[in-house]
Amino acid sequence: MKILLVFISAAIVNNFVLTYFLGICPFLGVSKRIDTSVNMGLATTFVMSLAAAITWLINHYILIAFNLPFLQNVTYIITIASLVQLVEMFIRKSSPSLYRSLGIFLPLITTNCAILGLTLFAALREYSFIESLSFGIGAGAGFTIALVIMAGIREELEFADVPAPLKGAPMTLLVAGMLALAFMGFAGLLSV
Amino acid sequence: METGLVISIVAMGGLGAFFAVFLTVASQKLKVEEDPMVEKIMEALPQTNCGACGFAGCHALAEKIAAGQAPVNGCPAGGQDVADQLARIVGVESMKAKRLVAVVLCRGGNAEAKRSVVYKGDRTCAAADLTGGEKDCAYSCLGYGDCVEACNFEAMAMNENGLPVVFFDKCVGCGACARACPRDIIEMHTEDRRLFVYCRNRDKGPQAKKACKVACIACRLCVKDCEVEGGIEIKDNLATINYELCPQDDKPTRRCPTKCILFGENERITSASFYAGGMQKVSGD
Repeated sequence: MKILLVFISAAIVNNFVLTYFLGICPFLGVSKRIDTSVNMGLATTFVMSLAAAITWLINHYILIAFNLPFLQNVTYIITIASLVQLVEMFIRKSSPSLYRSLGIFLPLITTNCAILGLTLFAALREYSFIESLSFGIGAGAGFTIALVIMAGIREELEFADVPAPLKGAPMTLLVAGMLALAFMGFAGLLSV
Repeated sequence: METGLVISIVAMGGLGAFFAVFLTVASQKLKVEEDPMVEKIMEALPQTNCGACGFAGCHALAEKIAAGQAPVNGCPAGGQDVADQLARIVGVESMKAKRLVAVVLCRGGNAEAKRSVVYKGDRTCAAADLTGGEKDCAYSCLGYGDCVEACNFEAMAMNENGLPVVFFDKCVGCGACARACPRDIIEMHTEDRRLFVYCRNRDKGPQAKKACKVACIACRLCVKDCEVEGGIEIKDNLATINYELCPQDDKPTRRCPTKCILFGENERITSASFYAGGMQKVSGD
């Protein structure tokens, strides 16, 4: 039961992008088109779930076992960077056009604070392995949801009559704010 | 204290080494062979992804050029400069770039074409075409400037007569305007073509004449005046130039009663001449 709650909490109630404001960079950068944002979401979800699992193992069998919790941040960053490298190689091989459309935002997953935040939260809240994994997948799903909603709105905005001073970035940020406001409706629903 | 130091160094070193080995293996398995030439070609291309070359964007063309499956002058938007650069990169003799230029094949502006309806809908050609537009001629320019909107290179504008003009010096030949035109009035032609029939009306002569002062009425005078047999033919009540045969001179234009076949007209308008002293009337008479 707790596994499911952790998942829903990470995906919707405590959405990483819209309530913690983590991972805003790709949220604004890769949300112009729905298909690209879905792919970005999937890539990030993959990195998040793998990172959650691997960092749990590292945390428990290396850091805690040898009493080295002060190395947490450094090891987590190494792990995430390696995973992103792997994903980058894989996407480059399997879909060159996706590789080009994600552009700089693909290697930037490395420094996506949503992922580091996820691993640190999981350690802080002392999740079990399965809970960590569920937390990772949930956070990834939440990230994808936020990205896709944003991309959907922005695709419609292309045809909207936006006042000239608000065109582009200001309008995007306004929409992001309203989206965050909407997600505040879930606040306090779960406390996991 | 010292053991803590040793342990942390070993732990971090071990993790680093593990990931290094893991990534090395992965990079061997997932290796992508990319021709370094593709990147160089990409840098030389305009990177507007306009699609004029017929491939899916600049990168696709770069790959084809690197593989020798496309000519170095394959980028119409880049013109001679890009063709020369690409030839140097690929290491072949430069070819003359075939520059394409858009030609608007309708001269029935507000002054020439008869209008008998008022259109109050969405002011785009695509929407106006659904209702038939304002002009009587069903083949005419609708005049709402979808083509000008489509142009990424500031090479088109609407003149005061309500017709789009192409700036001969600015046009890169990407064909975006031709695709945007719902009535296919805009055609892409190579630079060396200078003789055009500026009308697409395929109605019978009297009917065409009634709708527009500068319509082709299929009188056959240009057909007779063309020096080569078959250089100009009448197809569907419309004079049609066969560019393979027809010599590019002004002989066929001399006796045209409506002045819809013209020689060298499209080269007259450049962005400088258009914007100098307001707008310039495109109508010849």
